[in-house]
Amino acid sequence: MALFANTTVLLGKELRTEFRSRELLTTTVVFILVVIVLFSFTFDPSVGESRKFGPGLLWLSFLFAASLMLQPCFLREQNNDTLSALRLAVQDPFSIFLAKLSANTVFLLLTEVLMLPIFAILYNVHILAVFPQLVLVLFLGSLGVAIPGTAFSAISAQARMRELMLPLLLLPLLTPVLIASTEATSGLLAENPGLRIDWLGFLAGFDIVFLTALWLFGEYLLEE
Amino acid sequence: MTKSIARAAVLFALIAATAYLAFNYAPIEKSMGVIQKIFYLHISCAFSAFVAFGTCFYANLRYVFTREPKADWLSVSAAEVGLAFISVVLVSGPIWAHPVWGIWWTWDARLTLTFVLGLLYLSYLLLRSMIEEPDKRALFSALFGIFAFLDVPLVYFSIRWWRTQHPQPVILGGPGSGLEPRMRVSYLLMWGALTGLLILLLSARYKLEALRASVEDLRREAEVR
Repeated sequence: MALFANTTVLLGKELRTEFRSRELLTTTVVFILVVIVLFSFTFDPSVGESRKFGPGLLWLSFLFAASLMLQPCFLREQNNDTLSALRLAVQDPFSIFLAKLSANTVFLLLTEVLMLPIFAILYNVHILAVFPQLVLVLFLGSLGVAIPGTAFSAISAQARMRELMLPLLLLPLLTPVLIASTEATSGLLAENPGLRIDWLGFLAGFDIVFLTALWLFGEYLLEE
Repeated sequence: MTKSIARAAVLFALIAATAYLAFNYAPIEKSMGVIQKIFYLHISCAFSAFVAFGTCFYANLRYVFTREPKADWLSVSAAEVGLAFISVVLVSGPIWAHPVWGIWWTWDARLTLTFVLGLLYLSYLLLRSMIEEPDKRALFSALFGIFAFLDVPLVYFSIRWWRTQHPQPVILGGPGSGLEPRMRVSYLLMWGALTGLLILLLSARYKLEALRASVEDLRREAEVR
């Protein structure tokens, strides 16, 4: 119960910090926009081609954006010397991770949902009919990015060249998320759209494995 | 010192002998021809690499729970040696694939897994070089190593469901699989020789890391004085 109460308070703090400045959200939205526009020059974005390559480039742009967006998550605490205060304030250090990864999932999901219509217009794909299912894929995928991403943000905050280290640590690990999310999204954007339950199940499995790992090893990640 | 040179010499002779057997004793495979000889090196190195990464995972877990510097030395040694073996796998694979499949590389489950595994441990070693403080370096790289190793089955199954072209396992692959007896002898010997090489490299690298740690300790002591 204390875990839940602590997490809600910390999540409120994370969301408040971000929504006061909205720095992270605006820069990430613009970054994804830039990547999506640049990608359109690498192939001819007709309906057929977009169905083939669209989901992959969409998820690739989300992963790149996430690997930059998750950077300040623990760095901010370190720069302001608030990490030990945070640890003293909560009963279970896992609630710090739970709050941060929930906040990161919310941020990722928000930017993704915001970018989806723009992607659909630029690449001529139809998303209105499958929008709820698409949001489900986005949610499970973003959770899969946010769980290891939050953990690695605590690791990379300790290293030199941390801006480069986080993508380097995170992106190869996210191979399964990239494959599963891309496949699930292509299923929804196909001519006869269908929800790929197998890939959704796989994404959920990925999320559970890394959430369990974070629960087991999270407290060690906060050592200073 | 002389002992380890003697060990290395024995191992070198063993590898040379098994290479000779692989080329002259084992028969030439019917459909692939002489190129199949690469199989002896390829599979044995893959096996050594996976054992090394498994050792690294064990050492990572051990470090997180016990904080013995020894576990950290073992994990960095295992990661480096594993990376060396996996590089041999990644180079010998395409040399074999080009005449047999007609392409150098394909994004099949096992190939991609091997590549991603190599990338993960490359990141692991890079991360180590980016953290100065020894205790922090050991702890945070160990935690990354644990997460990376947990990812291995997930990478494998995601790519396997997606597409696969690599030949089905020949050894322990179920009914109908199996090696010709002379091939099996050559293969087992090569496997033994390269497992020996794995142990030799691992212990040499481990000793080096232990020396490095004691140098670092001495330097600090000198600075304090």
